[in-house]
Amino acid sequence: MIRKIYMGVFALLGAANANADWTLNMPKGVTELSAETYEIHMVVFWWCVGIAVVVFGAMIYSIFAHRKSKGAVASNFSHSITAEIIWTVIPVVILLIMAVPSAELLIKLEDTRDPDLTVVVTGYQWKWHYRYQGEDVAFYSSLARASVAARRRGSGIDPETVENYLLEVDKPLVVPKGAKVRILLTSNDVVHSWWVPELAIKKDAVPGFINETWFSADVVGVYRGQCAELSGMDHGYMPIVVEVLEEDVYNEWLDRQKGSPNVAADGDVR
Amino acid sequence: MSNDDDRYYVPHGSHWPIVGSAGLFFLMIGVSVWLNGGDTGFWVMLSGAAIIIFMLIGWFGEVIAESEGGRYNNQVDMSFRMGMFWFIFSEVMFFCAFFGALFYARNMSVPWLGGDSNNFFTNFIVWDGFESTWPTNGPGNIGGDFEAMGPFGLPLINTAILLTSSATVSVAHHALLHGQRALLKVSLAATFILGFIFVILQAEEYIEAYQHMNLTMSSGIYGSTFYMLTGFHGMHVTIGAIMLTVMWLRVMKGHFTPTKHFAFEATAWYWHFVDVVWVGLYVFVYWM
Amino acid sequence: MSTIVADDHDLHVDHSHDGPVKGWRRWVYATNHKDIGTMYLIFSLAMFFSGGLMALIIRTELFTPGLQFIDPAFFNQMTTMHALIMVFGAVMPAFVGLANWMIPLMIGAPDMALPRMNNWSFWILPVAFSILGSTLLMPGGAPASGWTMYPPLVLQTGDAFPFLIFSIHLMGLSSIMGAINVIVTIINMRAPDMTLLKMPMFVWTWLITAYLLLAVMPVLAGAVTMLLTDQFFGTSFFLAAGGGDPVMFQHIFWFFGHPEVYIMILPAFGVVSEIIPTFARKPLFGHDSMVYAASSIAFLSFIVWAHHMFTVGMPLTGQMFFMFATMLIAVPTGVKVFNWTATMWKGSMTFETPMLFSLGFLFLFTIGGFSGLMLAIVPADIQYHDSYFVVAHFHYVLVPGSIFGLMAAVYYWLPKWTGHYYNERQGQIHFWLSTIFVNMTFFPMHFLGLAGMPRRIPDYSTQFSDFNSVASIGAIGFGLSQLLFVYIVYQCAQKKGPKATTAVWDNPQGLEWTVPSPAPYHTFDTPPRITSSTAFS
Ligand code: HEA
Ligand code: HEA
Ligand code: CUA
Ligand SMILES: [Cu+2]
Repeated sequence: MIRKIYMGVFALLGAANANADWTLNMPKGVTELSAETYEIHMVVFWWCVGIAVVVFGAMIYSIFAHRKSKGAVASNFSHSITAEIIWTVIPVVILLIMAVPSAELLIKLEDTRDPDLTVVVTGYQWKWHYRYQGEDVAFYSSLARASVAARRRGSGIDPETVENYLLEVDKPLVVPKGAKVRILLTSNDVVHSWWVPELAIKKDAVPGFINETWFSADVVGVYRGQCAELSGMDHGYMPIVVEVLEEDVYNEWLDRQKGSPNVAADGDVR
Repeated sequence: MSNDDDRYYVPHGSHWPIVGSAGLFFLMIGVSVWLNGGDTGFWVMLSGAAIIIFMLIGWFGEVIAESEGGRYNNQVDMSFRMGMFWFIFSEVMFFCAFFGALFYARNMSVPWLGGDSNNFFTNFIVWDGFESTWPTNGPGNIGGDFEAMGPFGLPLINTAILLTSSATVSVAHHALLHGQRALLKVSLAATFILGFIFVILQAEEYIEAYQHMNLTMSSGIYGSTFYMLTGFHGMHVTIGAIMLTVMWLRVMKGHFTPTKHFAFEATAWYWHFVDVVWVGLYVFVYWM
Repeated sequence: MSTIVADDHDLHVDHSHDGPVKGWRRWVYATNHKDIGTMYLIFSLAMFFSGGLMALIIRTELFTPGLQFIDPAFFNQMTTMHALIMVFGAVMPAFVGLANWMIPLMIGAPDMALPRMNNWSFWILPVAFSILGSTLLMPGGAPASGWTMYPPLVLQTGDAFPFLIFSIHLMGLSSIMGAINVIVTIINMRAPDMTLLKMPMFVWTWLITAYLLLAVMPVLAGAVTMLLTDQFFGTSFFLAAGGGDPVMFQHIFWFFGHPEVYIMILPAFGVVSEIIPTFARKPLFGHDSMVYAASSIAFLSFIVWAHHMFTVGMPLTGQMFFMFATMLIAVPTGVKVFNWTATMWKGSMTFETPMLFSLGFLFLFTIGGFSGLMLAIVPADIQYHDSYFVVAHFHYVLVPGSIFGLMAAVYYWLPKWTGHYYNERQGQIHFWLSTIFVNMTFFPMHFLGLAGMPRRIPDYSTQFSDFNSVASIGAIGFGLSQLLFVYIVYQCAQKKGPKATTAVWDNPQGLEWTVPSPAPYHTFDTPPRITSSTAFS
C-alpha cells in the first residue's frame, strides 16, 4: 500500500520511465492488420495533437496577451464569414484524409473469406469454449489455478507474486503461425467479447448469432487478452490466451488433442 | 399600469403535484413487488393508482375552475396548446421505439437468423434449416405454432370505427366553433362511444387470438411486436375515450365557447394522434 | 451584433404578489421557478455526492490489484449505480435547475410557462431515485449490468429488476415534462422584442436540448419497457430463438444514448458562451453560427448511435456510415471551439472563477473531443472499445466538460441568486485543485486502455497497477476538492461575502443583469422593454 502511494506520487512527478512495466501506447501487435491499426491510431492521434497545438496555442496566446491586467483593450468584432468558412472547411478536409485509410483498413478487417483454419468460440459465464472446425478437437478454457486462488478477497496471496495474474488460462487456444484463422463467435448466455490486443481483434459473442472475425499471426508467441463486454459477476475473470506455434509444432499438438475427451458446445449455444 | 388581461397567470403553490408523486411512488413500488411475486404489491399498486386518479381529478378540476373563472388569457391558452402538442410528440416517439423494434425484426434480425447479410454461419451453425419468413415466432418456435392476425375482419372494422370517430370529433369541433351545441353534444357522444366500441372489439380480438389462434405475447417476435404495439395503442384509445367522455360531460355542463376551448381541442388532437398511430399499425402490423 | 438591454424604468416589481410562503409548503407546493430551480440544484448536488461516493468506492478497490474491499458483484453494482446517478440524477437535473432559474430571467418572463407541472417534474425525481437507491438493499443487490442495461445480462438482475425499469420510466417522465416546460417557456414567454436570434446562447442551447430530450427519453422508456415484458410477460424482443436480437436493444438504447450525451453537454456549451464574452469584455463571436452549429450537432446526434457498437457484428456498410457520420460531428463542435477562441481574441480578459472554469472546460473538453474522434475511427475503435480509453474519453467530456460547465454557471450566477459574492480566492483554489486532480484521475486512463485494460472489471493484472494507483489518488483528491465547493456555496448562501451589485460583473450583457441582486421572488410581472444597442460600446 505504502509502496503504491509512493509510486503514485512518483508517477505524478513525471518520472515515467522508472518502471519498465509501463506501457503508454497501443501495442503494435503481431499481425499485418494490427500494425495497420496501430498506424491509423497514430495518424489520427498526431492529427489531433497538431490541431491541439494550433487551437490551444491560439487560446494560450490570447489568454496571456489579451488580458486586462496587461492593459489590453477589448476590440469589438463579432463575426467574420471568411473565418467561419475557413474553420469549417479545414476540419472537413482533415477528416477526409483520416477517413479514407480507415475505410480501407476496415474492409480488410471484415474480409473473413478463405481461412486456413476455423475455430468456433463460445462464451460462457465465465469461461471460453473453443472448437476446431473440421477437427475432432474442442475444449474449455478457464482462468488458471494460481490466479483463481489469488483473486479471492482475503486470499492472502499477493497478486504481484502470481505470474500473469488474471491473464493465464488452463488451456490456451493454439494456432499455427502465418495461417489465416477465422474465429466464429457466439455465446451460451449473455453477451461477451473476445479481445486480444496484439492480434487487433475484438468481436462480441452474441447469444443466438455468429459473428466472424479473423487474424493471421506472424510471430510465434503467447498473446493475452480479456473478455471485453460486461458479462456479469466474473466478467473480469475470463481471460483469453492464444498460443501461436510453428506449423509442425502445431500439428503435433493437434494430434495429441484428438485423443483427449471432447466437450461439444454446439448443443447448448441456443 | 397593467390590467389583469395581459398578465400571465402564475398559480400559487399547489399540492396536487406532490400527491401525484406519492401516487407514482406507491404505484411503481406496488407493481414491482407484485411482479416479483409479492402479493401485497397488488394492493399497494391499487392504492397508488387510486391516489393518481384522485390527483388527476383534483388537479384538472382546479384548472377547469380557473379556466371557467376567466383567469387565463390568450398567452396561457397558447402555453397549454404548445405543451399538449409537444406532449403528443413525445408519445409519437414512444411508439417509434416499438415500430423501430418491428422494422428491425422484420428487416434485420429475422433475415439474419435465416442467414442473410454477414450471417451465413448464424444460420448454418446455430439455426440450421431456419428460413426467414414473416410472421414468425423465430427459429426456436417460441410459444408453439400460431396463426397470424389477418387484416380483415375485426381489424378492418376497427379501422373503420376509428376513422369514423376521427370524422365525428372533427364535426364536433366544427359545431363548437359555430355554436351548434346540439350537434356538438351528439357528435362528441358518438366519438367516445365509437372509442369504447373499439376497445371492446380489440379485447374481443385478443380473446380470439389467445383462445383460437394460439397467438400470445410469447409467440416469438411476431406476438411480441403485435401485442406491444396494439396493446399500447389500445391503452391510448382507452385514455383518449375517457378524455372525450370528460369533454362531453363538460359540454353538457355548458363549458367551452367558440373562442375558448383548449381542453376540447387538446383532446381532439390526442384523438387524431391515436388515429394516425392506428393507421400505421394497420398497415405495418396487420396488412404488410 | 445587437444585444438586449432593458430599460430600467420599465422594470417594475409587482408587489401585489406575495413573497414566498413560510415553512415546508414553500418547497413542497412550489410553483416559483426560482424555488424549483434551487431545489433542482440542491438535489443534483446531493446526487453528485452519492454518485461520487460510489466512484470513490470503485477507485478504492482499483487502487491495487487483488480484491481488497468489495466483491465483484458489488463492484458491478457500484459501476452501474454510479453512472445512472451521475447521468440522470446529477448532470441532467442540475441543468434543468439552471434552466429554471435563468431562462425566465434571460428572456424576460414572469415564470416558467407551466409552473405546476414544473413542480411535478422536480418532485418525481426524489421518488425515482429513492426507488433506484432502495435496490441496494434488495436480495440480489442493485442492478449490476452497467448503465447501458444490455440484455440478456440485465435479465439476470435480482429483485431490483422491475424497480430499475420503473425508476427509469419516472426519470423519463420528469425529463419530458421538464423539456416541454422549457420549450413552451422559450417559445411563448419571451418579452415582446426578444426575437429568436436575439436570444442568449444559454437559452438557445437549452431549447435544442429540450427537443433532444423530447425525442429520445420516450425511446428509452420504450426500450426498458421491452426489457420488462421480455422478463415478465414472455415476449422475445431480445431473444434470438424467438426471432428477436439482443443487439436490437443496443440499437434502441443508443438511439437514446448518443443524443443523451449531447443533452449533457449542450447546456454547458450555452453556459460558457455566456461567460467567456463577459470576462473577455467582448461580444460572443459568431452568435448565429453558434446556433447553427448547436443545431447541426443535435441533428447529427440522431444518426451516429451505432458508433457505440462497432464490435457487435454490424454489416460493413453500417459501420462505414456510422463512422463517417460520427466524424462529421467534429465539424460543428470545432466551429464552437473556434468561435470561443475568437471571442477571447483581442479581448480584455480577467480570470474570475467562472472564467477559469470555462477555460478549463475549453481545454479539457476539447481533449475529450479529440479522443472521441479517435473512437469514431472504426478499426482503431475495435481496439479502444470497452477499454479504459473509452472511460477516459467520456470522463473528459463529462467531468471537466459538463461538471465544469455547471461549476462555472454556479459561480457566475451565484451572486445573482444570493445577492452576495462568493469568496473569489477560495473559488480559484477550488478551480486549481479540481483541474489538477481531474487530470490526475482521468488522464492515466488513456494509457490503461491502450495497454489493454478492459472497463468494468474489479481487479486487474499487475502491469496496470501504477496508473490505477495514480487515478485513485486523483479521484480522492478531486472528491475532497468538491467539499471546498460546498463550503464556498454555503458561505455565499449565508450571505457571508460582500454585497453584489445589480450587474454583478463588469458590464455583462443580458436581462438577468438588469434585475436586482438577489433576484426578487417575482420578476418581470410585466414584460421588460428591450432595446437594441451595440454591445460593449
Ligand atoms: C458529454 C458527453 C459526450 C460528448 C460531448 C461526446 C462527444 C463525442 N464522442 Fe463520446 N461518449 C460519451 C460521452 C460523450 N461523448 C460517453 C458517456 C460514452 C460511453 C458510453 C458507454 O459506453 O458507457 C462515449 C463513447 C463514445 C464512443 C464509443 C466508444 C466505444 O465504446 O467504443 C465514440 C465512438 O465514436 C464516441 C465518439 C464521440 C465523438 C466523435 C464526439 C464528438 O462530439 C467530439 C467532437 C469534439 C472535438 C473533435 C473537439 C473539438 C473540435 C475541434 C477543435 C475541431 C477540429 C477537430 C478535428 C477536425 C479533429 N464517444
Ligand atoms: C456525468 C457523469 C459522470 C461523472 C460526473 C462521473 C464522475 C466520476 N467517475 Fe464515472 N462514470 C460515468 C459517468 C460519470 N462519472 C459513466 C456513464 C460510467 C460508465 C458506467 C458503466 O460502465 O456502465 C462511469 C464509470 C466510471 C468508472 C469505470 C468503472 C468501471 O468500468 O468499472 C470509473 C473508474 O474510475 C469512474 C470514476 C469516476 C470518478 C472518480 C468520478 C469523479 O469525478 C467523481 C467526483 C465526485 C466525488 C468524489 C464526490 C464528492 C465528494 C465526496 C463524496 C466527499 C467525500 C470524499 C472523501 C471523504 C474523499 N467512473
Ligand atoms: Cu465475458 Cu465479460
Ligand atoms: Cu455516442
